[in-house]
Amino acid sequence: MENKAPVQVLKEKFPDAILGMDDFRGDLSIRVKGDNLLSICKSLREDERTDMDLLLDLCGVHYPQKDHQFEVVYHLYSLTKKHHLRLKVPLKESDGSVESVIPVWKTANWFEREAYDLFGIKFKNHPNLRRLLCHENFKGHALRKDYPPDLRHPCHEVVDLITDNTIENPEDREFFETGEKPPRREGYIVNIGPSHPATHGTLRIQVLMDGETIVRAEQEIGYLHRCFEKMAETHDYYGVMPYTDRLNYCSSFMNNVGYAMAVEKLMGIEIPPRARYIRVILSEFSRIMDHLTCIGPNLVDLGALTNYWYTFQPREEIYGLLESCCGGRLTVAYARIGGLTFDVPEDFEAQCRAVLKMIPPLITDVDKLNKVNPIFQKRTREVGVMSAEDAIQWGWTGPCLRAAGVPYDVRKAHPYYDYDKYDFDIPVGTIGDTYDRYLVRMEEIRQSIRIIDQYLEHLPGGPVQTDDLKVNLPPKDAVYNKMEEMIYHFKLVMHGILPPEGEVYSFTEGANGELGYYIVSDGTKNPYRIKVRPPCFPVFQAFGPMIEGLMIADAVATLGSINIIAGELDR
Amino acid sequence: MEGSFFTTRLNEFLAWSRRNSLWPMPFGTACCAIEFMSVAASHYDIARFGAEAVRFSPRQADLLLVMGTVTDKMGPVLKKIYDQMPEPKWVISMGVCASSGGFYRAYHVMQGIDEIIPVDVYLAGCPPTPEALLSALMKIQERITKGKSASLEKGPEYGE
Repeated sequence: MENKAPVQVLKEKFPDAILGMDDFRGDLSIRVKGDNLLSICKSLREDERTDMDLLLDLCGVHYPQKDHQFEVVYHLYSLTKKHHLRLKVPLKESDGSVESVIPVWKTANWFEREAYDLFGIKFKNHPNLRRLLCHENFKGHALRKDYPPDLRHPCHEVVDLITDNTIENPEDREFFETGEKPPRREGYIVNIGPSHPATHGTLRIQVLMDGETIVRAEQEIGYLHRCFEKMAETHDYYGVMPYTDRLNYCSSFMNNVGYAMAVEKLMGIEIPPRARYIRVILSEFSRIMDHLTCIGPNLVDLGALTNYWYTFQPREEIYGLLESCCGGRLTVAYARIGGLTFDVPEDFEAQCRAVLKMIPPLITDVDKLNKVNPIFQKRTREVGVMSAEDAIQWGWTGPCLRAAGVPYDVRKAHPYYDYDKYDFDIPVGTIGDTYDRYLVRMEEIRQSIRIIDQYLEHLPGGPVQTDDLKVNLPPKDAVYNKMEEMIYHFKLVMHGILPPEGEVYSFTEGANGELGYYIVSDGTKNPYRIKVRPPCFPVFQAFGPMIEGLMIADAVATLGSINIIAGELDR
Repeated sequence: MEGSFFTTRLNEFLAWSRRNSLWPMPFGTACCAIEFMSVAASHYDIARFGAEAVRFSPRQADLLLVMGTVTDKMGPVLKKIYDQMPEPKWVISMGVCASSGGFYRAYHVMQGIDEIIPVDVYLAGCPPTPEALLSALMKIQERITKGKSASLEKGPEYGE
């Protein structure tokens, strides 16, 4: 156990609160009593030995057989100490609730609402404990084990997010003090989405306007809640793979890799070097694609249509590359637990080099069109600013956090797949405005090109799938002619892969930030619980406060720049 | 006699102009919408079929492209948008999610948009390739030529 600090702090300050500790596959996990959860979290955050400044994820797990039917699981991270910690709070349904941790991490708000929605876990002192993903007419709590996966409830209405359209001005307060009636002003409410060209997906925002200025903004999500987590529980570990494609569908392959890595961590298996390298190369191509899908439409929203054609051309080429590897363009399902489906085509390197060659001129063209363009500057500079401190409070990761000046990148902080062996830089912004986010993404595209170039140079030979017969089907020839292989084949096909009991949190640097998978296994062929830590989710949560005081047109520019992908946001 | 002869020709003329200037309303919810973006971009170029005038206002559109998973929460929104479109109108259900719920047999996913709106062309694939979307567009053109429309056949009460 290399990360002892949280244990020390908790033992010193709350000796009675600790219920148990666990260190499965290097993930430190502490079970604590829920009684003074808020103070525990406060000390973990404020004590300089732990400094847990980022709440990565919060979720519930349902154990109907156990004494405590629920567990609330907190994944914490310290940006300075580079430590992860999993905090688990057992909860009886009869006990009622756990304390909300919003005072410590603002980002907990939506996570807690989600846990309430899907499990019925109540959070004490939560300001707005309503359903988040499911619609208002929904009955029951979908991720409880006794809830049938396909039981639907009809939805008839779209609810208003803002009902009160009176605007209180700070100046109005004088009137209150003098006892006179304040001049009531009525603002007007504008609804944007969930089907709107500027939302690039199924997001909904309602804003209260005072003239041209946004006074208040409320977001609603869940319009693309496709029940990924419930579906994962009803499929075996292999069967989950295609579902992961559809989380962030702009960079499907990265979700595949994140999921496969998580299961490999759970099972403790290593994959061959060639598979690792191909995973990195195609992941970086996916990152390029994702950033281009963000930048292109964002610029279209700002009126710069030409960029759309420039940014979509390399995407087509990368699609072609992926198609030649696995047959799929968009939803690839190319990674497998233990490696890849099959090897890349013979001319893979030549194809990659050709794509790498064509991207830089197009990127440069886009930059030339925008960087010195006064309209673009005026629309993006100091618009949608998010300071580093706030971004951390909101649980941001990825390019948006880096644009705010925090150089946190999983590839550097916790290198996997040899990222530490090769040169690349982490671009950071200065003030975290829309312009910075544009610059960071553009630079990341260039850095990805650098990474791919080096990995191609050192691409090893050999197999792309592990020879561990617990996860990988033996060759057909051996299945027909050898007893042992036939048994393995039978076992794998009939029973699926069977990881040991335990739980892991595995994380990679997705295109939008830290993409984490928290998998709970009970030793059977289906995952007991999979929780995705979607990078978009905390980012979009902060969107409302971000656009207050701006104009609608600025909100559109800001929304495009934070790259919200509904598939990943709502899961 | 002359009157009826003239009417037929006018219908044909209208169908000819309609099928070559479809104004799609892209109701893109998920992955399929990304493939639509490819169809709209230069490589596949939907403009070759006269359908590049994408309108996000349903009142100006005559082809509803439902692309991606429609959840129960989204249902009322889709229905409203469909109702706002003037006749004649056509609907393409792009991808298996919109057509049947796809592999999301789940508590929050509509098992096919034909639960609430009539559909002219169902398109298989997850997501369908850009070529497949173009072929669906050509199917719609055929239907226009023949004077067929699911909206007219099923009547306004459909899905109530």
